[in-house]
Amino acid sequence: MNDFLTPPRVGRRAFKVWQRDRDAWYKFYKPSLIGNIAEPVLFLLAFGFGLSKYITDVGGMPYINFIAPGIVISSAMNAASFECAFGSFTRMSAQKTYDAIIVTPVNIEEVAAGDIMWGATKGFISAMIILPILVLFGLIESPWLVLSPLLFALAGLMFASMALIVTAFAPSYDFYAYYFSLVVSPMFFFSGIFFPLDTMPEWVSMAAWFMPLTHAVSVSRALATGDVSFTLLGDVLWMLVFTLATSWVAIKFIRRRLVK
Amino acid sequence: MPEVIIEASALHKEYSGFPAVKGIDFAVAKGECFGFLGPNGAGKTTTMNMVQGYSPITSGTLTVFGMDRRKDHRNINARLGVVPQENNLDPDITVLENLLIYARYFDIPKSVARERAASLLDFMSLTDKKDERIPKLSGGMKRRLMVARALINEPELIILDEPTTGLDPQARHMIWQRLGELKSSGRTLVLTTHYMEEAEHLCDRLVIMDGGKILTEGTPRKLIKKYVKGSVVELAMPESGPARVLECLKGIEFEHEVSGSVLYIYTEDAATALDKAACFAASGFRHRQATLEDVFLKLTGRELRE
Ligand SMILES: Nc1ncnc2c1ncn2[C@@H]1O[C@H](COP(=O)(O)OP(=O)(O)OP(=O)(O)O)[C@@H](O)[C@H]1O
Ligand SMILES: [Mg+2]
Repeated sequence: MNDFLTPPRVGRRAFKVWQRDRDAWYKFYKPSLIGNIAEPVLFLLAFGFGLSKYITDVGGMPYINFIAPGIVISSAMNAASFECAFGSFTRMSAQKTYDAIIVTPVNIEEVAAGDIMWGATKGFISAMIILPILVLFGLIESPWLVLSPLLFALAGLMFASMALIVTAFAPSYDFYAYYFSLVVSPMFFFSGIFFPLDTMPEWVSMAAWFMPLTHAVSVSRALATGDVSFTLLGDVLWMLVFTLATSWVAIKFIRRRLVK
Repeated sequence: MPEVIIEASALHKEYSGFPAVKGIDFAVAKGECFGFLGPNGAGKTTTMNMVQGYSPITSGTLTVFGMDRRKDHRNINARLGVVPQENNLDPDITVLENLLIYARYFDIPKSVARERAASLLDFMSLTDKKDERIPKLSGGMKRRLMVARALINEPELIILDEPTTGLDPQARHMIWQRLGELKSSGRTLVLTTHYMEEAEHLCDRLVIMDGGKILTEGTPRKLIKKYVKGSVVELAMPESGPARVLECLKGIEFEHEVSGSVLYIYTEDAATALDKAACFAASGFRHRQATLEDVFLKLTGRELRE
């Protein structure tokens, strides 16, 4: 427990783990990019166009414009979560990649931190690919858009470290079904992507406040619409604190799992 | 007095309460090849894992290159090469990339890494396979690549946990030859093995472990001399059992062991033993030089482990 409170010993070598993940990904990046684009575009088509007949405007904008910023950020969530769930689990158990690295000068904490950074990168890439598509279709117009990459990076780190905590406890791939169906999917549907939270009963928006995706969605929407205010700093601070906590916990628990 | 590379004293390891290594002492000198022998579950891998900094020590002291194993992970591991019992090559990337990416963990500049990788692939006869992905390699090639990868940082100390298990005789001899060359170039080797021939061939000194303890230590030759004399006579026992046989053999100095229907006699005076064998009409016998395997079986017993 004592060890849990000492700061993780993460140095520049974590970057080497990130490089390893990048190089391995580079071999297969084409199929994985197609998956990254297909899913959010399908959601936009299905919900945006499909429902636009019935929902004419939400918060003063067409429904598809309303959901677009949330769809972008949820794609960062999905990509980062998948990477640090299935990807990290494979590296940790089946491939024993972690075992090979920790007998070099790179330590366990750096392996975990490198994997979080890589998961974040996957999330970042995923959102950055969709963003221009949305701009092209005129769904996002505000110049505040230029700050989006920072948001994607932060959201990537946040969801990557959450998933890595699950990996630290996962006995098998099946275990992730709990995480995705009990945590990731509810966030996707109840974090204000598809309907404005302030029109919901108070307890819903209160519950939503505890979901990391809610804060990412509200920042993303503000940057997309240009409706930027100081309340966003609260969301950003929430995400920063939460990310610091989850990455700390993830690194410590991966360490505990790997030490034999 | 040669420089000491590894020094362990009262080294102890527990896995959540289960003692796998029970307070062992050993020291490895610079430039020697030091072997760990022992049946399955003896604690060899556990000991290697502690030396590599993969498993934390429960108690005792362990220094590597004169540095405290608990404190100096980076500085020790920068000078260490590791071939673990189970291969852990990166399956997503090619043979060459496995070496180049591993080199990065040691801060080896790219151009140096490329040169070293090329010469290591040559050293391990893998140059033809450099662009192959790992799942396409045979077991022997994977093992050779594991050895090549362990050498990428030009380590002073190389730890090999069963480097040749499961390999064909060609691959095994090839690895032995390479390990011999590494030793001649002044590297220190620590290896575990289940092949007595490998230990006799490569190790200057070795220990035999069982149940987490070191039973004995010495050069292969001295151990053979100490425990099993010069030669072994294996006798197929008559149905009446060993009593009659032992009576016949009275008068000569020997040690013996009964296992199944075979009587093993360890003696320097094999001729007399064989002479006397006539007295009980042995149905078959074999006379051979004593090997390390005899020492091993004598010390660790013949029952199956785990
Ligand atoms: N991670 C672990 N958790 C709990 N017990 C373990 C663990 N690793 C090994 N053991 C136990 O510790 C003992 C020593 O195991 P170790 O792997 O060191 O033996 P070994 O001499 O290398 O055997 P082998 O020749 O089969 O490789 C065994 O009883 C084993 O079951
Ligand atoms: Mg072993």
